[in-house]
Amino acid sequence: MQDRIKYWKGIEELDNTPEFEKNAHNEFPEFLPVNEAEGGEANGKTRRRDFLKLLGFSMAAVSLASCEAPVRKAIPYLNKPVDVEPGVANWYASTYYQNGDYNSILVKTREGRPIKVEPNPSSSLTPMGTSPRAQGSLLGLYDNNRLRFPLIKGKEAKWEEVDKQIKSRLASVSGKVAFVSSTIISPSTQKLINEFGARFSNFEHVTYDANSASGLLQANGGVIPGYDFSKANAIVSINADFLGTWLAPVPFAKQYIKNRKVDADSPSMSRHYQFETIYSLTGANADVRVPIKPSEEAALVSALYKAITGQGTATGAMADSKVLAAAVKDLQANRGRALVVSGSNDPGVQAMVTAINAALGAEGNTIDAAPMYVKQGNDADMIRLINEMNAGSVGAVFFYNANPAYNHPLAAKVVSGLKKVGLTVSFADRVEETAANVEFVTPDNHYLESWNDFEPKKGFLSLAQPAISPIFTTRQMQDSLLVWNGSNSDFYEYMRNNWRSVAGGGDFNKFWEKAVHDGVLENGATLLTAKSMAPASTSVKTIKPSAIEAVIYEKVSIGTGDLTGNPWLQELPDPISKATWGNYVAMPRRMAEEMSVVQGDVLKVTLANGQSIELPALVQPGQANGTVAIAMGYGRNLESMPVAQGLGANAYPIATVIDNSVLYTGPVTLEKTNSTSPIAQTQTHHTIMDRLVVQESTLAKYKENPKDVTEYIRVATHEGPAKPATISLWDDYEYKNHHWGMVIDLNSCIGCGACTMSCNVENNIPVVGKAEVLNRREMHWMRIDRYYSAVEHEEKDYATMEDPAENPSVIFQPMLCQHCNHAPCETVCPVAATMHSSEGINQMAYNRCVGTRYCANNCPYKVRRFNWFSYANNDKFGFNEAMNSDLGKMVLNPDVTVRGRGVMEKCSFCVQRVQLGKLEAKRENRRPKDGEIVTACAQSCPTEAIVFGDMKDPESRISKTLARQNGERAFHVLEELNTQPNVTYLTKIRNLA
Amino acid sequence: MIGCILKSKIKVLYTFLFALVVSFGALAQEASEQADIATKGVTPGATEGAEVSGGDPAVISAGEALFKNNCAVCHSAGSDVIVGPGLQGVNGRHSEAWLIKWIKNSQSLIQAGDAEAIAVYEEYSKQAMPSFAFSDDEVKSILAYIESGQGVVSAPTEGPEGATAGENVGTDAIGAVGGYLDIVLVVLIVVLIVLVVTLLLITSLLRNYLNKNRTLNEYDAEVVNQRFDFSKIYKSKAVRTLVVLIFVVVVLDLTLDKVMGIGIQQGYEPKQPIAFSHKLHAGEHQINCNYCHSTVYKSKSASIPSANICMNCHSQIKTESPEIQKIYRAIERNRPIEWVRIHNLPDLAYFNHSQHTQVGGIECQTCHGPIQEMDVVYQYSPLTMGWCIDCHRETPLNTEGNAYYDKLVELHEESSKGAFTVSSNGGTECSKCHY
Repeated sequence: MQDRIKYWKGIEELDNTPEFEKNAHNEFPEFLPVNEAEGGEANGKTRRRDFLKLLGFSMAAVSLASCEAPVRKAIPYLNKPVDVEPGVANWYASTYYQNGDYNSILVKTREGRPIKVEPNPSSSLTPMGTSPRAQGSLLGLYDNNRLRFPLIKGKEAKWEEVDKQIKSRLASVSGKVAFVSSTIISPSTQKLINEFGARFSNFEHVTYDANSASGLLQANGGVIPGYDFSKANAIVSINADFLGTWLAPVPFAKQYIKNRKVDADSPSMSRHYQFETIYSLTGANADVRVPIKPSEEAALVSALYKAITGQGTATGAMADSKVLAAAVKDLQANRGRALVVSGSNDPGVQAMVTAINAALGAEGNTIDAAPMYVKQGNDADMIRLINEMNAGSVGAVFFYNANPAYNHPLAAKVVSGLKKVGLTVSFADRVEETAANVEFVTPDNHYLESWNDFEPKKGFLSLAQPAISPIFTTRQMQDSLLVWNGSNSDFYEYMRNNWRSVAGGGDFNKFWEKAVHDGVLENGATLLTAKSMAPASTSVKTIKPSAIEAVIYEKVSIGTGDLTGNPWLQELPDPISKATWGNYVAMPRRMAEEMSVVQGDVLKVTLANGQSIELPALVQPGQANGTVAIAMGYGRNLESMPVAQGLGANAYPIATVIDNSVLYTGPVTLEKTNSTSPIAQTQTHHTIMDRLVVQESTLAKYKENPKDVTEYIRVATHEGPAKPATISLWDDYEYKNHHWGMVIDLNSCIGCGACTMSCNVENNIPVVGKAEVLNRREMHWMRIDRYYSAVEHEEKDYATMEDPAENPSVIFQPMLCQHCNHAPCETVCPVAATMHSSEGINQMAYNRCVGTRYCANNCPYKVRRFNWFSYANNDKFGFNEAMNSDLGKMVLNPDVTVRGRGVMEKCSFCVQRVQLGKLEAKRENRRPKDGEIVTACAQSCPTEAIVFGDMKDPESRISKTLARQNGERAFHVLEELNTQPNVTYLTKIRNLA
Repeated sequence: MIGCILKSKIKVLYTFLFALVVSFGALAQEASEQADIATKGVTPGATEGAEVSGGDPAVISAGEALFKNNCAVCHSAGSDVIVGPGLQGVNGRHSEAWLIKWIKNSQSLIQAGDAEAIAVYEEYSKQAMPSFAFSDDEVKSILAYIESGQGVVSAPTEGPEGATAGENVGTDAIGAVGGYLDIVLVVLIVVLIVLVVTLLLITSLLRNYLNKNRTLNEYDAEVVNQRFDFSKIYKSKAVRTLVVLIFVVVVLDLTLDKVMGIGIQQGYEPKQPIAFSHKLHAGEHQINCNYCHSTVYKSKSASIPSANICMNCHSQIKTESPEIQKIYRAIERNRPIEWVRIHNLPDLAYFNHSQHTQVGGIECQTCHGPIQEMDVVYQYSPLTMGWCIDCHRETPLNTEGNAYYDKLVELHEESSKGAFTVSSNGGTECSKCHY
């Protein structure tokens, strides 16, 4: 009996719905509505008069345009800064930190404007890649919706006026002064806030995170244990999406993948069990995944606690779970090399997890002695403050990176409380929900305009330096505090002085310059002290089982909602659902069938408190039965956020407060409405026609025979089966100089989407918006295909009657132009707009393209993108500021053309970087070094899943990888077509239990 | 009627002549383009110091580079005074040890009360010479360069050899070929006219003779006195078709020519906000291009100098000039100077200066023309894709001493006998310039 893995892209393909069938055979969704401008006349023909008018107009336009070229100005600097050379990029080390997502970065600037974020290789926490959010954060700098000046009661004001008023009001403040912020990991900021507060008799700094880890903190004395996934052979995660959104995903991904890379010499990898409600990015990477309800979480942890420590009680179905038994066995077998993590915000559950880890000998092994500080929010403090505000005992409140009027479960009480506070100040960079309810808005700089320091993990310091001077008349929060404190120094001086204590002996200026240059200081020196936190109660909070349990979760791209205004991130597909632009009710298939709901039907979700929201349904394979999941961060209704306005609904009210802990789950009832609202998904339109596209195998098989894990397709000839490449109509290219290629390790790819985001930024890829994504016209050059799979048994027994969509496995495959040596696209272009280069790159000449789209039709990988519209300078795509406003356009990469309407485009292997790398080598009279020329996707990958290099150089990493993996894990997608791609994939290996 | 016929005849003749001229013109243009490429396509490297007698050529060339980058702004290597004295014979005027001290820090020498130093300082209106952090050997190499006399320019307007010579040969070629053709054409026309006149005279003589001296029968008389009916030509279908055809061809040719010229701004010579003269700076004063266009060897852009670069000299020199006053005003108002851009490549084409100057060793004049003779800069080259491609096809790569190309040259020589040009290294592929 040969079991076969069946792959499918979505429920539509699994069920083969008629609509899917229809779409699958249409290469292009539909043609453009030509008569759109005429009020949609239905005859579909252009009238003769209009034709003549157009003809005449265009003739006149052409002749006018040809008379005289417009005068263009060349404006040099008046006083050129020493370091800035026009046309040469400068790099500045900095740090991106938001909502736990910590990235030490390098900022690329051209002519003084930041245009790209890259990982900082000097950092030992995040040396390899960045998160997609860090990549996308760049656009926030050029956001037209940022406040350009401070506000008093919603009216524009001068800084002097604001300072005068706030200072005098602070001098006579009565009652408590509260400073509400999300987690601050900046030691100098922390110190400054404490100094600011020391002036007042009653001051409290309340730290509050929209997606809090306060349960975890309480169980561990106010800090996050220094998890080290790289040392763990057995990992059990319960609702912790540590690769996507939990705590610090980028450092965790780096650690995690270290023990997941395999080759024939060391065929060993960690085994990862994931118990979770939603289908998370981490669940997709797990070897064993079990869907559980939120109400089962505590029971599961208790059962695990009982099994490992022998204490407590274990009852219920969870205790008998076979998978749990296997997990326990693995954990016990790997004592000292095992790690259990939980995403629960219940201190009782977290206390058990801490005890389990202690019993497994994790301390000092898989839990580093240096704790992490990336989340410090305390739910109880915030709830207390909200009550105090409502009681009228708060005299002044400041909000810094905190928006409780939107993202706190008690948001309504926050708004009512604010009315009773004498002085309310927000440092928000735009008028968000909280800022709309305060008296003073003193906008903070963007992080790329600010000085700052960070300590995400004890002994790991990093710095942020401004890469551009403030674009608007905003002021860094810290500088505002210094002014209100009556200090004459600025925050830069303040921070510099604060760092003197870690400088050691020697010249401080030299030390400081080096620290700013490197961006990190990792000699063990530490500046930050976290507030200690004791568990309020160690009793486990019981979540009552209900018919439908809802959970709210962070999307990998949007987070808790701070980034909803970012069109780049809005269009980045969710790793699992592949949905863009908005949130939805993700429900398991069984529930959908029972309710006879199909995808896109709008559901009325009624919460426990009687409130209700309406959202479309999305059928999510693998979602735990009896549960639904809704993403945070949507439902913004303020005009200051036009990109996010009207998208989805706010899910925060679902969170429940039990004993001063916020649990991100709650009971809901669902009701089908009559309306539908389509969900813009990117991947589910094409079919793979059951062909071999992705390949996977198990570690056991790999150990047995590494040459047996990959299936190589052979074609039949009269001399027996032969490699498809041996039978060819085409002549082969001879590469004399370079032969660029890429290897993508499917074992290392976690599917986070950092590469897609990085590619978008580097290559000026347009954002097309929800309507056009629905039309299947998204422009991403690089996509991450997510395939669900389940083993299809030949024999039809009871086991196989199970629904394959109940709990499918997921495999990710980054898909980009394969730069085929025998490219099908090249041969069909009637104008030779796409052709092969002498370095193996499939080139695309935009200005030669006439838009026949034959190439896209003939591309078996479906990686070519057509510009159906002019996406730049087009009001219809005004939400994409990167191409439609003077300010937004500053983010564009000046070395890459912005494509016009009617031309085809696709991945260029970052040819601008290849050309620049070669030029730099030539200027220095040498050959390029391996690793010097790297594509944007490879550079930003946090797990080094993508290796780019010169296959002609025998010493390059790519050549060595290919030499080792050839015949084992290396394969080409659709090899049977003999396209001979320059992109090679490595078979995924699962460590199945 | 006759007038009409005559007119039509003239029209035909004109059109015909016009067609002739147009096609000859096209021929001439092509010839001149070829001549251009043949002569100035390649001018790799800078001046070579092989024939210089006395002194190590390597030292002299090192000195030359230092001199051009640091000293040439204020000093000529000849005897002209720019800001400071011309340096010809400076080795004779002062001792080497003194010169080294002076160049490294002239002010300390003056303050130390050195009589020689004070004399120089006084003579050149107390202009302080900036200090230079050269090593002794570097100063010696500069002195060696000055002594070699290489930098002395006999005629200040003469630019680097390659471009000027190329330019002359190019125009000569056009002139020679064009002039010759013109003469042939004129002679031909004259001969034809003479022929026609002679023939007409002969026929009229013959007719007169026959009419007077012979008695002709009716039939013969009719033949002899037959008047040529010109309206037949006018009415002839063949002639009409021919005329229309020629007319259409000419109009088409003209239109095509114009259409192909759209967007080509060759010769574009806009008025600049400040009447800066390259002839004065680059020509007469021999200031190295790199001094002002400071990124030309390291960036895609050659960069237009910022006002502070102008101020390096013009804080002292010609401060009263109304044109230079404009720079002061710009600085006072904190408004950059808005120059009119002359060389406009379309956004879809990527061009990198350093690739051509630093790696390719191409002289600025190869593309920008005799810039050292231009009072007002104009666009010398057409900057069309055809122009780029032609050069990439013809130009051998500047591979000498560049380890990047070592293996490539070998491989090329194994497989091909032709020159290792830019295009044989893939330099005419789309993605080399379009991405």
